[in-house]
Amino acid sequence: MLLHDIAHCRAGDKGDTSTLSLFPHRDEDYDLLVREVTADRVREHLAVRGEVRRWELPNLRALQFTCHRALEGGVTTSLALDTHGKTLSSRLLAMRL
Amino acid sequence: MRIGSGAGFAGDRIEPAVQLAARGELDDLVLECLAERTIALGQQRRLRDPALGHDPRLRARFRPLLPVAIGNGVRVVTNMGSANPLAAGETTRDLLVESGLRGRIAVVTGDDVLDRLDLREPALEDGIALAAHGEVVSANAYLGAEALLPALDTGADVVLTGRVADPSLFLAPMAHRLGWDLDDWPRMAAGTLVGHLLECAGQVTGGYFADPGAKEVPDLANLGFPYAAVESDGTAVIGKLPDTGGLVSTATVREQLLYEVTDPAGYRTPDVVLDFREVRAEQVAADRVRISGAVGRPRPEELKVSVGYRAGHRAECGISYAGPNADRRARLAADIVTTRLRGTGLRIRADVLGRADECRLRVAALAPDPELADLVCHEVESLYTNGPAGGGGVRTDVREVIGIVSTLIPRTEVETRVTVLEADGAAA
Repeated sequence: MLLHDIAHCRAGDKGDTSTLSLFPHRDEDYDLLVREVTADRVREHLAVRGEVRRWELPNLRALQFTCHRALEGGVTTSLALDTHGKTLSSRLLAMRL
Repeated sequence: MRIGSGAGFAGDRIEPAVQLAARGELDDLVLECLAERTIALGQQRRLRDPALGHDPRLRARFRPLLPVAIGNGVRVVTNMGSANPLAAGETTRDLLVESGLRGRIAVVTGDDVLDRLDLREPALEDGIALAAHGEVVSANAYLGAEALLPALDTGADVVLTGRVADPSLFLAPMAHRLGWDLDDWPRMAAGTLVGHLLECAGQVTGGYFADPGAKEVPDLANLGFPYAAVESDGTAVIGKLPDTGGLVSTATVREQLLYEVTDPAGYRTPDVVLDFREVRAEQVAADRVRISGAVGRPRPEELKVSVGYRAGHRAECGISYAGPNADRRARLAADIVTTRLRGTGLRIRADVLGRADECRLRVAALAPDPELADLVCHEVESLYTNGPAGGGGVRTDVREVIGIVSTLIPRTEVETRVTVLEADGAAA
């Protein structure tokens, strides 16, 4: 199963930090996300260089990841094709559970 | 009170703002048009021509919007003043006169703090002195709701600002209409939450959300923008107009809620430190989501400053390959270019994009001067006759890069003021 089968995600950027918000389509899958989608797994899956921190927000059925130094300098000076890191949200959903 | 969102970024569509002004029964319509780096690009244009530096789409947006907004008594608040709010005010006045309209424009200035910044201070991102990044061209403090209240007090039809924190553009009209005190932290938090949800316009009504088969959004081509009906205690219902495309659901709201938030327990704005952890979003009707539960702590004593510096020239070039072995030919082309540019010391990135039998080599580099950037383009172009077989469709592009770093400035160092311009096109 892919993460995409049970969850949706939104990426945002602040400087060189990517934020990834992950939500289950069905509330009852939240605990599964908490168990499976750890900060270490996200860091490994996205192959980003800096620290990845995870926030649990059970009230919103959300996991928030902050991926530091993940954007090769960020929107102004990055040489990547996607300088905002907008595509990271969908790349995260390709994770196998 | 009812407040709408008429733009979520500098490149946004115009029609949804006009629809909201016409049919939204709004008190205020806010157009947020300044991303992190947009103001530095405005400063670049202003350096070339002192009459420029405001949002390049200001006239295109205001021409259809202001007759409707002023006709319906909808106040328009926007940061389209960008790097030159006073020029934006004059342009708006001229446009009102041309359109035969009467209106009052209030311009908020004081976010430009370039002359009072110590460039030896370290940047928040990397600890390196601001000046060491490159020639600094701009420094703009993120103003809060406090700076907008005197402009709203003038009874203006249009309020123009430069750099203001995005949610503050929305919080100020809420606080003004609902009589909130700026040290009422629960209400500052609630209003900031509403502003944060509305600031990206279509992103809370289903734009940037659709994923066919997984997340369906109806009629995206006709995407409508959001409004909020805000109660005096700060709870609010996010909605959109009937007969517009898009979707307002707990899912679209939750995605926008945490967008660009690096600390959900302490989201810092000039007005309040907002804690999202107890926020609730509930569907109360089709395309209506009620939000509540924002928790606020006292505002920071320092304001964030966005500093723009000359970061060099970016070259971005591409060439396509197709048919059997296309990816190997593209990788050979990448090797050739990087080998020929060895010794320049440039940071170069070469990617082969696409499929094995149809792909494109993309080469990007950030060069300290335009000549070196041109050299990168030249090496890619020369692949036509000096590279692997069958390369076609070379495109090259060089542009100056304004980098952005941040610092903090004490609130007491920032003085804002309001300039009022009157347009009397009706008398003309």
